[in-house]
Amino acid sequence: MSKLNSLAISDNGFIFKPSTGESFTTNELGLHIIHLLKENKSTNEIITEITREFEIDKLTASRDLDEFLDLLKRENMV
Amino acid sequence: MNKKIYERPILRKVVEGMPNKFGSMKRIRPINTIDNVLIDDIIDSYGSPVFILSEKTIRDTYKSAYRAFSNRYPKVQFAWSYKTNYLDAVCRIFHSEGSWAEVVSGFEYEKALANHVPCNKIIFNGPDKSKNDLVKAIQNKSLIHIDHFDELYTIIQLTDELNERPQVAIRVNMDTGIYPQWDRFGFNYENGEAWNAINRILTNSKIDLIGLHTHIGTYITVSKAYAIAIEKLASLANKTFERFKTTIKYIDVGGGFASQNTLQGAYLPATDTTPSFDDYAHAITTALTSVNFPNNEVPTLILETGRALIDEAGWLAGTVLANKRLADGHRAMVLDVGVNIMFTAFWYDYEIHPVNESSFQSEPTTMYGPLCMNIDVIRKNIDFPLLNKDDRFVIKRVGAYTMTQWMQFITYRPNVVLIDEKGKLHLIRKGEDKEVFRKQEIVPKHLLEKAELKN
Repeated sequence: MSKLNSLAISDNGFIFKPSTGESFTTNELGLHIIHLLKENKSTNEIITEITREFEIDKLTASRDLDEFLDLLKRENMV
Repeated sequence: MNKKIYERPILRKVVEGMPNKFGSMKRIRPINTIDNVLIDDIIDSYGSPVFILSEKTIRDTYKSAYRAFSNRYPKVQFAWSYKTNYLDAVCRIFHSEGSWAEVVSGFEYEKALANHVPCNKIIFNGPDKSKNDLVKAIQNKSLIHIDHFDELYTIIQLTDELNERPQVAIRVNMDTGIYPQWDRFGFNYENGEAWNAINRILTNSKIDLIGLHTHIGTYITVSKAYAIAIEKLASLANKTFERFKTTIKYIDVGGGFASQNTLQGAYLPATDTTPSFDDYAHAITTALTSVNFPNNEVPTLILETGRALIDEAGWLAGTVLANKRLADGHRAMVLDVGVNIMFTAFWYDYEIHPVNESSFQSEPTTMYGPLCMNIDVIRKNIDFPLLNKDDRFVIKRVGAYTMTQWMQFITYRPNVVLIDEKGKLHLIRKGEDKEVFRKQEIVPKHLLEKAELKN
């Protein structure tokens, strides 16, 4: 997760990527997932955490997490 | 412990755009009721998708259009353009407000008769009137707007056969400075064809020429174009009176007023640019009152406005079938509403709203319909809140042409409901099912038996 550590992330979801100068925004859950990834949590652990905290079933949480991870990969953040 | 409301995680790149004097896009807010009826309740009762029409909006829009013209001109008559929306319930609302019927086919003519429109208050337009249609229209004393010479000769022939006096007008096309010039309908003014047609009609002496009809185009805001058109019609009316002592009783300026839907590629939203009824009324009535008609008698002004009277009253509610990412990462949404029932999505950027608040985040999204066809796109690029599968949305201003140009393709056409002025729901067109189509099909005898699939 070293790539994630190189990002400047504000508490309200603003992300700055120094290597390219690009900026991104994310929402509350996106920010939460990034913090969990930085703590080296596994995908299953993150899903458990999301379903514990949010009103959502495991299947949907897992599907949305996969999509979010794809977006991070696409932007070369993980 | 109360869990937090879930909103799926998103990641959006911040793109610096060109400086924009209009500021950032406003957030698309949910619309959950139409005339105080919950859209969720309508979908629960009538399925998804479902067309919803508001009787109150239809009546309010008609009244404001009528007021705009009747405040400025003494003799005004609207004729409801059937092709815009010929659901019987809709037509009857317009007729109950005082609208005549304007039809362009035998089918629409039959519909108008079935809706109890007095025969002499049905305007029969268009290039396609069969001999049988003309016989009926002549015997009923309906107003036949002649489109071409072949039609005129058929009428002359029928006049002798039927021993009736047809009540006719001619459609006139002309150069009013508007491009493109609509010259495929009617007789041309500049090359003398229109005057020729009038001569043929009146030398016959068995046909009553009572009106002149023109339609200069769509989205015309220049009063000068109407001034030119009306000047030319007035000149025909005056020549007609001088030569035949026949008074033209009405001038029909057709339809073509724009609704507030934004055309694709338009720079500004139509809500900012569409002329109001007052703008149109000012342009047309100023032109009418500034020309002289024979004996200083002003003709009745007939308007065949369709789109601008009904678009606002129609809504289409539906459900999200799926979300997906395209190859370039762009978000896409699959809806249960396709171009089969939203043909007009090919040229309009429709306003779409979620029914319920589901997310404060939005993302540029392409909305696809459910058809297995690449062209099935409802909105190409709209900054839309993140809806989940099974969430509902509603499309605004779909009252015009959707429910007449829709096609039975791949799937059935859905229910259409009307909310009356008291907020009560009425099913006004049943959704189709396989029986509707089975009734129309005939399988040859030799194919009736259960076929065995060949290996």
